[in-house]
Amino acid sequence: MVDVLDRPLVMDEPAHESHGPSGVLKWITTTDHKVIGLSYTITAVIMMVIGGAFAEIIRAQLATPNGTLVSLAQYNELFTMHGSVMIYLFAGPFAFGALANIIVPIQIGAPDMAFPRLNALSYWLYLTGAITMLSGFFTAGGAANFGWVAYAPLSNSVNTPGAGADLWIGGLLLTGFSAIFTGVNLVATIFYLRAPGMTMFRMPIFTWNLLVTAILILLAFPVLTAGLIMLYADRHFGTHIFSVAGGGVPVLWQHIFWFWGHPEVYILALPFFGMVTEILAVFSRKPVFGYKGMIFATLSIAALSLGVWAHHMFTTGVVLLPFFSIMSLLIAVPTGIKIFNWIGTMWRGEIWFSTAMLMAIGFVVTFLIGGLTGIYLASPPLDFFTHDTYFVVAHFHSVVMALVLAAMGGLYYWGPKITGYLLNERLGKIQFWFLFIGTQVFTLPLYLLGLRGMPRRMAIYPHDPQWKFLNDLSTVGAVLIGISTIVFVLNVVVSWKKYPAGDNPWDGQTLEWFTTSPPPHHNFYRLPPIRSERPTWDYNHPEHRSVPHGHVEVDQ
Amino acid sequence: MESPALPPQGASTRSRRWRRVRRAAVLPLAALALSGCTVPTFGAAPGDTTSSRSVFHLWQGFSIGAAIIGTLVTVLILYAVLRYRRHGDAIPKQSQYHIPLELTYTIVPILIIIGLFAATLVVENKELANPKTNVTIDVNAFQWGWKFSYPGYSAVVIGQTTQDPTMMMPVNTNVHINLTSTDVVHGFYVKAFNFSRYALPGVLNQFTFRAVNTGDFFGQCTQLCGLYHSLMFFNVKVVTMPQYQAWLASFNNSSSASAANAFSTAQRQQTSSIVPSKPYLSKGAN
Repeated sequence: MVDVLDRPLVMDEPAHESHGPSGVLKWITTTDHKVIGLSYTITAVIMMVIGGAFAEIIRAQLATPNGTLVSLAQYNELFTMHGSVMIYLFAGPFAFGALANIIVPIQIGAPDMAFPRLNALSYWLYLTGAITMLSGFFTAGGAANFGWVAYAPLSNSVNTPGAGADLWIGGLLLTGFSAIFTGVNLVATIFYLRAPGMTMFRMPIFTWNLLVTAILILLAFPVLTAGLIMLYADRHFGTHIFSVAGGGVPVLWQHIFWFWGHPEVYILALPFFGMVTEILAVFSRKPVFGYKGMIFATLSIAALSLGVWAHHMFTTGVVLLPFFSIMSLLIAVPTGIKIFNWIGTMWRGEIWFSTAMLMAIGFVVTFLIGGLTGIYLASPPLDFFTHDTYFVVAHFHSVVMALVLAAMGGLYYWGPKITGYLLNERLGKIQFWFLFIGTQVFTLPLYLLGLRGMPRRMAIYPHDPQWKFLNDLSTVGAVLIGISTIVFVLNVVVSWKKYPAGDNPWDGQTLEWFTTSPPPHHNFYRLPPIRSERPTWDYNHPEHRSVPHGHVEVDQ
Repeated sequence: MESPALPPQGASTRSRRWRRVRRAAVLPLAALALSGCTVPTFGAAPGDTTSSRSVFHLWQGFSIGAAIIGTLVTVLILYAVLRYRRHGDAIPKQSQYHIPLELTYTIVPILIIIGLFAATLVVENKELANPKTNVTIDVNAFQWGWKFSYPGYSAVVIGQTTQDPTMMMPVNTNVHINLTSTDVVHGFYVKAFNFSRYALPGVLNQFTFRAVNTGDFFGQCTQLCGLYHSLMFFNVKVVTMPQYQAWLASFNNSSSASAANAFSTAQRQQTSSIVPSKPYLSKGAN
């Protein structure tokens, strides 16, 4: 019996496989998770470029104390839309829409997502939401300008009367529904469509992280949806939920927003943690160190993330400080476990410095900075001191730029699986160094600026010309990051269908490297026996299976 | 495939490596101890109130911890990256778990977190205590300016955007601040006091400053509040008690006071529908 099971599971390859229509019609009508995932990837990268362009304008404006590149009103629109595009339209959809959509079904040996049509709906809602939100720029009053957090009562119809704000709410509602549907789909896929032998504790870390992300989406996004509907009702139907005049409570918006907003931080981060975990293991030629510890760390991060929202509200004076402080501080523990596990994965490995690996190591270093500065902000007295200054801006840009490094690593690592072609490694390394050095030159001066008292969201700083030097330094970093994006686009153009990847270019360990690049319509014609979380590795290197701690090797 | 030649794992190599790791961890601590009592500022400043100094010391404590942990992890990453570069086609030992090590880096961080939390609680309770005092200032934030009034006195100072109003307060005295907002959320932030607090519509936020130095300090709104957010400045002028009393007295029967009052009345009428008649006390202030 064992013998039979240990042979690859083989299905007949059909002589002729119908894929339905081709070209644009295929793109519009497809329910194939790989095509949808690719649409997600391309759309999200375009959003990253748009959000990045806003950032470059912001940094150019701040290069002088009395910048006149944009007006005060335009500046408010720019940072609002920069944050909104990057969080709602790039980082989230890229994390759980793009690579998750493509990779998760293949990693668990599934033919597609559980609900392919719902998956297509998710993408079209996302695209519609993105266009809706961005179309605010074409209205008379301009785009939304109340910050990406839209604090009430600044976001009410008296203070922000324009249509741009309504389009922002509408766009966010649509992308929110897209996220919820993707969450449903991921949970159902991971629970019900795993290949025979793929038990929960044999799932790759990336899939595990996406499962936890999807559960967090289902817990957090409906709250945001409800909040947005309340905000819209306040603006147009006079419900006074967030207005003092009608007996409402403005700070309620902050509670609702951050009850979504802090889990959202981990909804963004966990998929990228998963990507990095896979990349570090493959390019060190080792299994993930502390695999189960990693999963428990992810689960505890998710659990804690639901009880920390009010650390964004320490300076409101109306939250229970010690509770939210200790919960926030505790998140450092599972996050620390992850960092040590990542180091343990590289330890005594044979590290191959491919572009993907460089991006993953760059992620760990940058995320370490963002993580350590996050611990300060979990302490209310230190938060009073740095809240709403550039220290906070620097902290979360260290974190999100680390995620951008991880995203790029994911594209270099999994891109060949989807397209069948590798990207140019030399250009990739040039891109890495621009991105990594640019990130540090961009974020590190912002920490000092915050400590010297520069508040965020200021279009000009006429009283404090001494802040110019650090701002200029940060602007230089932003330019370096911009160059790295150009190098990336150049790389895609230069490498277009040039370097065939083969099925398993990196000596990968998980199921997606067992099938062809790109995978066939329903992903697999044969599957290896799944006896660990590394079926492809076990199949290719049967004599090099994982060694548990305390295991005594018997020489043959 | 034959198993790859592993590097020697003898006790001598391991202990040498451990010694190296230990030395790397101990060196920064030793350097810190040798430098005497001049703990680096880590980019922050002690500030000019009693609380700002406690916050500064907390900042230093957190920074020492962050520096040690950050250095340790960076050294580990660098060591791994430099030492374990791929040399050939060999496959390393596929070790996956090391329970004692994993437990260590779970339990030690928990202990560190408990320490940081304890230090946080001490400073927080001190900073948010509201001791009894005779000096109270009502601070009202509005789009886009500040109003400072002194209950029991006719002194009122109002200024918008470019006018930069000044909040007068005495040195070495507990000064009680009642912070409110007329319209949207604003942030009351004085850099030299290492402190900020939201001015929330419908909420009375109360806290106490005790300045230890006289001088002029700069303050501004930190929470996005609309078009002129970038220009919502104010000044804090800390003076001696006699100077403060004299300044308060100068408002009696002076023309500037009536002008300020007239402005304030206009302001109040304009926004009276939004200002709550009975603002409730905030929990964080108690």
